[in-house]
Amino acid sequence: MSQQTKGINIVSALKDTVIAGLLSLIIFGPVVGVLLDGYDFTFQGADVAFIVSIVMAGRFAISIFSQTEFGEAFLYRQATKDDGVVVTAPGYKSRMRFIIPIMIVVGLLVPFIASKYVLTVVILGLIYVLLGLGLNIVVGLAGLLDLGFVGFYAIGAYGLALGYENLGLGFWSMLPLAAIMAAVAGAILGFPVLRMHGDYLAIVTLGFGEIIRLVLTNWTSFTHGPNGISAPLPTLFGLEFKRRSREGTPFHEFFGLPYDSAYKYIFIYLILLLVVLAVLYIKHRLTRMPIGRAWEALREDEIACRSLGLNHVLVKLSAFMLGASTGGLAGVFFATYQGFVNPSSFTFFESALILAIVVLGGMGSTIGVVIAAFVLTVLPEMLREFADYRVLMFGILMVVMMVWKPRGLVRVTRTGFATRKGSAK
Amino acid sequence: MTTLLEFKDVDVHYGPIQALKKVSLDVKEGEIATMIGSNGAGKSTLLMSIFGQPRISSGQIIYRGEDISDKSAHYVASNGLAQSPEGRRIFPGMSVEENLLMGTIPIGMDHCDEDMQRMFELFPRLKERRNQRASTMSGGEQQMLAIARALMSRPKLLLLDEPSLGLAPIIVKQIFQILEDVASTGMTIFLVEQNANHALKLADRGYVMVNGEIRITGTGEELLVNPEVRDAYLGGH
Ligand SMILES: Nc1ncnc2c1ncn2[C@@H]1O[C@H](COP(=O)(O)OP(=O)(O)OP(=O)(O)O)[C@@H](O)[C@H]1O
Ligand SMILES: [Mg+2]
Repeated sequence: MSQQTKGINIVSALKDTVIAGLLSLIIFGPVVGVLLDGYDFTFQGADVAFIVSIVMAGRFAISIFSQTEFGEAFLYRQATKDDGVVVTAPGYKSRMRFIIPIMIVVGLLVPFIASKYVLTVVILGLIYVLLGLGLNIVVGLAGLLDLGFVGFYAIGAYGLALGYENLGLGFWSMLPLAAIMAAVAGAILGFPVLRMHGDYLAIVTLGFGEIIRLVLTNWTSFTHGPNGISAPLPTLFGLEFKRRSREGTPFHEFFGLPYDSAYKYIFIYLILLLVVLAVLYIKHRLTRMPIGRAWEALREDEIACRSLGLNHVLVKLSAFMLGASTGGLAGVFFATYQGFVNPSSFTFFESALILAIVVLGGMGSTIGVVIAAFVLTVLPEMLREFADYRVLMFGILMVVMMVWKPRGLVRVTRTGFATRKGSAK
Repeated sequence: MTTLLEFKDVDVHYGPIQALKKVSLDVKEGEIATMIGSNGAGKSTLLMSIFGQPRISSGQIIYRGEDISDKSAHYVASNGLAQSPEGRRIFPGMSVEENLLMGTIPIGMDHCDEDMQRMFELFPRLKERRNQRASTMSGGEQQMLAIARALMSRPKLLLLDEPSLGLAPIIVKQIFQILEDVASTGMTIFLVEQNANHALKLADRGYVMVNGEIRITGTGEELLVNPEVRDAYLGGH
């Protein structure tokens, strides 16, 4: 090849621009341009022109950018992006060891400095962190694509509400029970899908999520159907967080404080924070234990696992059950936080959102999941004015992420193997 | 010499297809036995049936005096049988060390450090690349890794399915040299190969499998000069 003088080719950039403009005209012309008005319609030429010109300007900018030296380097990095884990040297000490204590302290301070509104948003964020962590075991570590994860979330939430209504069980009894119930559901789902992979597994799990939602909607005598059902608040050693308590004194009277509905959120937040920290810790340990290794081995190559004598039934089921029980826990918190559950909280969109958290966070990365969960739940709250565009922004975010960081926000890093005895080098 | 592994009249079916027909063979402690055969002869089926995948439909697989034909894969793997499967099957996204670590799954991590050092002595190439992602390694290195991973479970009998698959002649030579080294440590090896020349030169005894049946049996030297073997597997010169 001859050495070309590097320059910016305006003609090809203009060509790209015109093509993009035509395409956007085809797409947006009918969608935006034609406004139905009864049996009549008006043509909104200005709107279309506006959108098309934005697209064209954007395309032109990208074309020019990709021809600059910096742009070429950027594209090259995208094209040659390798996948997999980063292995750090055995002695490497992660910065996390400073960040984690700071995060915990900040986490504990949040309820005392944040307003009630902010607190409720953060609670929601933490619930999604739990969901993301649960699904991360199934999808990120074990590599089993589960599109019905919302089913376990629903089981947890309805477990609390129905357990309270029918058996008089409160938050504290239902918290472990719901986790167990969800784990059992995980096993029931897990057994028939043991031999399935990829797309087939995705479809079956998708069906599972929908079945749970349909049962909740239609079994009205038990679940009250679409009307939903109320869920109890947690209690502090028997003290309730209501304004008035039927039995015993409520929390604020016991401590001689004026009633404030923020107390209950602070309390929920603190329990939730502890549960999230516990789950984070357990997950951290599991990935370093044989079972965690086995999940990853199974994700990497199933046939190799067989020749290693790995019991893939046990490995897959454990991933399903642990993931599901984490989802169940999240459900209990969701129900108690809302004080009310109905089936519309457990649609497929919810499963997709949780999956997005896992993918966005970087498959298998714990910190990534935590960050992504907050981004995807807190950001829409902060951008309330743009609520109509929520799904659109969600889509744009996903596209940008997949181009910019196809492996998710945080690459999985593992510390290299360190020999404990004998000399390493 | 005691017999370590024995197949007695083993049949294996995949649905209506019979892949192994009344196969009988034995592997003695301390020897290198080989099985050669062309594509689809049933060699991989034979090795995988030791791990119960597929299960045999009749006959017996006897390992150290015990019928293991209905035992779980985990039982087999944790009792001294290890396999380097066909096509290497290393864990692509994991580092070399992590792959080796996975090899300890059947027996636990008690001897992990020590064994990993041993593997790095046996395969210096792997030591250089200990933190490299396995998928970025060359075919020969991946094959070394697959063998090392199998050795991590401290097997009594090492089963190898076509370790020369897709490798350049010079690399094949290296791999077979390593197998000779491994064997000299007293390891029993059962090698399944299409590369008859190398395999028979290395092996004490060999079997030739055709269409799921054992056709010829003999020592390595005998088979190397056997006219039928020469015609079919050694290019008949
Ligand atoms: N999972 C399976 N289902 C159905 N038939 C199978 C299966 N695996 C193997 N077979 C059949 O069993 C026969 C033996 O296959 P096998 O893989 O054991 O051959 P091989 O000797 O290992 O061949 P190669 O040298 O090409 O690896 C073939 O006819 C093959 O089509
Ligand atoms: Mg084969």
